[in-house]
Amino acid sequence: MKAPDFSRWLDLEPYGIEASRKSALLAGALCELTRWHAAKCDAYRRIMAVQGIDSEAVLPLEQVPYLPVRLFKEFDLLSIDWSETYKTMTSSGTTGQQVSKIYLDRATASFQTKVLSRLMGRLLGKNRLPMLVVDSPGTVEDRSAYSARGAGLLGFSLYGQDVTYALNASMNLDLPAIEAFLDRHRDAPIFIFGFTFIMWLHWVLPLQQLGKILPIQSGILLHGGGWKKMHDQAVDDETFRMALQSCVGGLKIVNYYGMVEQTGALFLQCEEGWLHAPTYADVIIRDPYTFAVAEIGQEGIIEVLSIVPLSYPGHALLTEDLGILLGEDDCPCGRLGKYFQVIGRVPEAEVRGCSDTYEVRI
Amino acid sequence: MQKGNPMTNREKYAAAFQTTLMVEEAKLSNLKYQDVSTWDSVGHMALIAALEATFGIELHIDDIIDFSSYAAGQAILAKYSIRMED
Repeated sequence: MKAPDFSRWLDLEPYGIEASRKSALLAGALCELTRWHAAKCDAYRRIMAVQGIDSEAVLPLEQVPYLPVRLFKEFDLLSIDWSETYKTMTSSGTTGQQVSKIYLDRATASFQTKVLSRLMGRLLGKNRLPMLVVDSPGTVEDRSAYSARGAGLLGFSLYGQDVTYALNASMNLDLPAIEAFLDRHRDAPIFIFGFTFIMWLHWVLPLQQLGKILPIQSGILLHGGGWKKMHDQAVDDETFRMALQSCVGGLKIVNYYGMVEQTGALFLQCEEGWLHAPTYADVIIRDPYTFAVAEIGQEGIIEVLSIVPLSYPGHALLTEDLGILLGEDDCPCGRLGKYFQVIGRVPEAEVRGCSDTYEVRI
Repeated sequence: MQKGNPMTNREKYAAAFQTTLMVEEAKLSNLKYQDVSTWDSVGHMALIAALEATFGIELHIDDIIDFSSYAAGQAILAKYSIRMED
C-alpha cells in the first residue's frame, strides 16, 4: 500500500476553503488515513474491527472513526516499523502521570513542520522575525532528553531568528538579555513565544511589579499550552491580554490550541478572539453523553481532526477538552473554516499541557 | 588567512559546519543531519544562523527543513545565488 501523500495540501490557503469543499477534501484525506493506519498498525486495525468499523469505507467527516486521546498513553500506537522511528514525542504531564508517546518518522516530522510553517507564515509574514522566548535556556539544555516544553520551544524557534531567552536559569527576568535584544531590533517587528502560565508568572507579574514597560513597537506574541493553571488563579483571556498590553505595549497577542498528538495543524486565535481550524485540520464538538455532533453554541467534548499524522493513527482524536463551536466560514475576521472556543477540561481529566504542568519548585 | 586571498564560498560553507558542528573536514562531504550528535535540532539552527551570517542571506523555512545534508545544503544555497566554486 502506498503511503498517503498530502504535500499538495501545502499549496492551499491556510484559511481559504469554504465549508462544502473543505469537508469533502478533508473527509477524503482522513478516510485514506484510516485505511493506511488499518493496514499498517495492528492495534488500530483491531480497535476498528472490535467496533465493527469498516476501515475501507468512504465516510463523511463526522463519521470518521476517532480514538480517545488517552489511548496514546496506554499503548504504543504506530504505523511504521520501529526502525523507522525518527523521533518520539511525549506529552507534558505532571509527576506521576502517564504521558502520551507519539512516534514520528522523518516524513511525518517534516510534514508537521511544513504545515506549521504555513500557519506561522500567515501569522508572522514571510520573514523570520527576531524571537524572544519567555522561558529559561535550561529547558533545552539537555540535548539528549527534551521535555515536551523544550520540544515545543525548539519547534517554534524555527520560525524566529536571533532566538533569545528572556528568563535565566532560575526563571527570573534576564533584563540585560531582554534589553540587549530589544536594542538590536529597535525598529523591527519581533516575535515573542511562551507558554501561557509561565508567561503570566515569570514575565507579566514581574514586569508589572517592576513597573516596567518594554519598548516594543510591533510584533506578535504567541502563547499556548493550556488555561487550567490560569483559571485556578482566576485569570481569563481578557485579563491576561490587558496585563500583557500594560507591560509590552504594541504587540498583537495570539493564543493557540494544540497538542503533541496532533503537532503541526494548530488552532490559532483570530482578531476576534476565536480559535480557527486551518485547512489541514478541523474540530467537531460532541455531546458528552451521546457523542452526537453538537449544535453551534452547544457545549461539548472537542474532537480534533488533522491530515498530518502519518506515522501513528492520530488523525481523528477525541480530546478531554470542552469547547463550543461558534460558527463556520462566517467569523468577522474573514477566515474561512470552523471557529470555536475552548472552555475547560472534562471533569476528572488529567492535567496536561506545557503551561498547565508547570510546577514552581521553591 | 592572508590578505588578498579571501575564502571561497566552499571554504566558508565548510567552515560554518566545522565551527558549529565540530566536524572534521574529511567527514563533511557525506555528512547528513543527525549523523553526529552535534547536528541535532539545536545544532541545526546554529548552523543555519552561521550560514545566514556568513553569506548575508535569510533562508526560507522550507529550505531550513529540507537542509538535510552537507550536499543538500549546497543545492539550497544555490537558490540564494550562493554558488560553490569547483
